[in-house]
Amino acid sequence: MHAPVVTTGRDLRLDLFRGIALWLIFLDHIPSNLVAWGTLRNYGFSDATEIFVFVSGYTAAFVYGKEMRERGFIIAGARILRRTWQIYVAHVFLFAIYLAEISYVATSFENPLYAEEMNILDFLKQPDVTIIQALLLKFKPSNMDVLPLYIILLLLFPPTLWLLQYRSTLALGASVLLYVLTWEFNWNMPSYPSGHWYFNPFAWQLLFVFGAWCALGGAQRLSTVLRSPVTVSIAIAYLLFAFVISLTWYVPGLGQYVPHWLEEVIYPIDKVNLDVLRFAHFLALAVVTVKFVPRDWPFLKSRWAWPAIVCGQHSLEIFCLGVFLSFAAHFAMVEVSGAFWMQLLVSAVGIVIMVAAACLIRWYKVAEGRSPGSRSMKTPDADLAGGEA
Amino acid sequence: MKTTVASALAGLSLALCLLGSGSLAAEPCEVPSYLWFGSNELKHVAEAVKKDKRLTIAVVGTGSSILAGPDGPPSAYPARLEAALKKLLPSVAVKVVTLVRTRMTAQDLAQGMGKLLVDEKPDLVIWQTGTLDAIRRIEPDEFRAALDEGVETLHRGGADVILMNMQYSPRTDIMIALGPYADNMRVVAQQHEVPLFDRLAIMRHWSDTGAFDLYAAGKDNVLAHRVHDCIGRSIASMIVDAAHLRPADAKAGQ
Repeated sequence: MHAPVVTTGRDLRLDLFRGIALWLIFLDHIPSNLVAWGTLRNYGFSDATEIFVFVSGYTAAFVYGKEMRERGFIIAGARILRRTWQIYVAHVFLFAIYLAEISYVATSFENPLYAEEMNILDFLKQPDVTIIQALLLKFKPSNMDVLPLYIILLLLFPPTLWLLQYRSTLALGASVLLYVLTWEFNWNMPSYPSGHWYFNPFAWQLLFVFGAWCALGGAQRLSTVLRSPVTVSIAIAYLLFAFVISLTWYVPGLGQYVPHWLEEVIYPIDKVNLDVLRFAHFLALAVVTVKFVPRDWPFLKSRWAWPAIVCGQHSLEIFCLGVFLSFAAHFAMVEVSGAFWMQLLVSAVGIVIMVAAACLIRWYKVAEGRSPGSRSMKTPDADLAGGEA
Repeated sequence: MKTTVASALAGLSLALCLLGSGSLAAEPCEVPSYLWFGSNELKHVAEAVKKDKRLTIAVVGTGSSILAGPDGPPSAYPARLEAALKKLLPSVAVKVVTLVRTRMTAQDLAQGMGKLLVDEKPDLVIWQTGTLDAIRRIEPDEFRAALDEGVETLHRGGADVILMNMQYSPRTDIMIALGPYADNMRVVAQQHEVPLFDRLAIMRHWSDTGAFDLYAAGKDNVLAHRVHDCIGRSIASMIVDAAHLRPADAKAGQ
């Protein structure tokens, strides 16, 4: 009785929220951007990254799981690895753009106030080491940590997916165990020039595997629990708690009302190792979303939801574009103006470009005879992050 | 979607409020009260000033605590702090010593705290750190452990502590992820009940309100000197507030 249960049909909510998550990640990646005040991370513990990783795990399992059942482990595994390679190439491409921007900055920046910060550019003096470390995924400039996480998660996804299909509880249990052991023994992967991965793959795998588990029937198994009024009330209470705590970060003076013992318990909220508080915050958001956003919500088919959905349906491309656009936006702010109107402008233009690019990609796929959600016989179009699922 | 729009609007209006309140600032280097982090007291400073009429402050830090060039040292914020404190506390013998070394992580600096206590016997240590840790992407846990160690050493040695975080540097901030380091400094300040001079937020505020053009790329010593002067004066008023020395200040000023 281990036949996997799979939800059928496309869940537009996933595309919608992933699209929104992509926009929020873009806004958060533009430094000094006041528009980022509106993003999720300022109102609770978790942020758009959790949504993105979860939804990507969900769609990867949905698409490759079907493939694995229909065409076998080898074919599905090979396709997952090909996707991994595409993401690796995308990462290296982004790194090249990053190098171009900072090399430019290095030649023009001599403000004596920032002599120390210019240390960051030291590594340009030894490009041999830096570029090799980047190719090894050990040197990861800031804002470029997510793709290496995916590369690792996908690289190990074929056996994980196999286990999830046939022993789903065991697979989820193994994932939780790895997460617990990671916290217990401080496992992480080394980075260059020092430290460890900013998104610890041993910890963040939990969210990805949990997403995959939900896609392969877990969500249905949980549905009674998810919809029970008790769960929903706990989730809402926790979201309110997180909101109040997050207010104390931005409204100094409120901090003194947080009891000392509570600070001891909750801080630091560790993003590197996917703090339990963050994971719980994501779960609470998911519970509330599932409760109040029905799968057949008419809004999902309206034209207002469409820009986010189309971005969410081509998420690898749009994610990479977002990283590039955040570099470009920073560059524009530095070279033209950092004023608030400019922050608004680059934020809005960036999102418009993301939507336009997603439309273009969709157009290409339609022109090639494929449409999102349907897979042609020869080339099932599945992507990790790009879920055509 | 609706929620995004709503939260974007909420963020926007909040941002406009911030900008609005900032532009009312009369002084270029005024620091709005919401940027003063923590209400922790500086007991040793208060005691030294009231009983002994003297105050020794040590600034421990890295490259952003100094300015290059012949007129660098007197223009950097430690010297400006000394000048401002002397003005605020005319009857007190104020001495600010600097122990600044470039390319030091928090861990490197923490290890020197014991010696510093013996050599200088400071009443207050202003510990500026975090920049190199962020550049090198030191493990945030290790960074926090180093801060804990340093602050505990200083407290055991009978000195007050003010932590100072990184500079706001808009040109390089896409390349240096300051977030986790700034958060950890905030946490350590909260847990050890020491004031944090939130240089990152304060300079950001000065930039947002147009007090300083921190985007400037060129060699502009005037800008650097003015920013350091403002930092020195702001720390001086932070110290005076946190040690409850204002009444003396009011009397002295008249």
